[in-house]
Amino acid sequence: MRAIDYVAPTSLSDAVSVMAQHGDRARPLAGGTDIIVQLRGGRRELDALVDTKKIPELNALNLSDSGLQIGAAVPCYQIYNNQAVAAAYPGLIDAASLIGSIQIQGRATFGGNLCNAAPSGDTIPPVITQGGEAHINGPNGWRTVPTEDFCTGPGRNVLEPGELLVAIQIPAPAAHSGSAYLRFIPRNEMDIAVAGVSSTVVLDASGQTIQSARIALASVGPTPILATAAGESLAGKAVSDEAIEEAGRLASEAATPITDMRGTIRQRHHLVAVLTRRTLNIAIRRARGEE
Amino acid sequence: MPGLVHVTTTINGNQTDFLCEPRQSLLECLRDVVGMTGSKEGCNDGNCGACTVNLDGRIVCSCLVLGVEAQGAEVNTIEGVASAEGLHPIQQSFLENAALQCGICTPGFIVAAKALLDAEPDADEARIRHWLAGNLCRCTGYDKIVRAVIDAGERMRA
Repeated sequence: MRAIDYVAPTSLSDAVSVMAQHGDRARPLAGGTDIIVQLRGGRRELDALVDTKKIPELNALNLSDSGLQIGAAVPCYQIYNNQAVAAAYPGLIDAASLIGSIQIQGRATFGGNLCNAAPSGDTIPPVITQGGEAHINGPNGWRTVPTEDFCTGPGRNVLEPGELLVAIQIPAPAAHSGSAYLRFIPRNEMDIAVAGVSSTVVLDASGQTIQSARIALASVGPTPILATAAGESLAGKAVSDEAIEEAGRLASEAATPITDMRGTIRQRHHLVAVLTRRTLNIAIRRARGEE
Repeated sequence: MPGLVHVTTTINGNQTDFLCEPRQSLLECLRDVVGMTGSKEGCNDGNCGACTVNLDGRIVCSCLVLGVEAQGAEVNTIEGVASAEGLHPIQQSFLENAALQCGICTPGFIVAAKALLDAEPDADEARIRHWLAGNLCRCTGYDKIVRAVIDAGERMRA
């Protein structure tokens, strides 16, 4: 790895000013599980890494009536080890506990996963289906971007030079709601998704009718994809195999996969339909309090 | 050209000072600067776990941590596992169960297994296999390693 500077600011304003000073020659460092590999492999060249782990706002994990605030430097293990968060947001826990190894989960962050903008980022679809918003600070102040609009291409995101993702804010789960994330990999652990799907559903009080649903896909397009039509197709429908089957078909239609070493276009379309049905069924059971 | 940074850290309970470049990984610092070569470099990109160390109570791949990030941290490595009285039960169990062949992955497995058994002494086989999924071994086929960790858990509970 070529020589770089390392800066560890202790306040958000210091971090933003050092980011602004370096422009696109600086990147934030949280868990380092992507950025260090990219720098060492020569896939990215920087003058400075800005360590965000000493900035209070980026280390906050706050669960309140208004929802969940995940500071961009909070590692996965802190999320799945927090029992209140795990109970309220099982879809996030599905993703946090299957990404990488225990070693990786000790460092890797939801914020870093989102900023890295890999199409396969496992934590991104459940954040999208639960209505996550990216809170960004920069030289021009604060702005908020829905997480489904955050990634703009493989490895690319909406952040302007000098801007920093501070936190992901996820609304409080609605009554009678549930969420889930599943991915397909040919191994049991430690692999990159061939396809991944998250579903979040809100049921009525009887648990028999779907009021609304959101479905998001990983590894089947240049960015994570919010399959809007698939989710909307379920609104107002009674829970049934037919409705779930149709949502799976529409989610598969929303996918724009490529054929690569991990899988083919045909396989990935098929997987999206299967994983959509499975995650919807898990989300519905969770919404009913059955698991 | 960034200069050398002075890092003060605690390694296996001893305050340790070293100088490093910001680009150097904690693994490089441990091996090439501090001279502690127990932690191994396998893949150098976070896949194999041979460089596993315990950083502030969590196991991490030291190849994916910068040495400068260890400022003020507690680092525990394979060198700190045995005591003056002798081998740790996990080490003894690895020997008796023939859980190593070439030995490159072994320090990482032992540091990872120790973190698990310290927190969950009654971890079962499924939990052990899941916990150790980030440690690769190309010699043993894993079974002897898993049996050694199960055995070590029994010794540590006794």
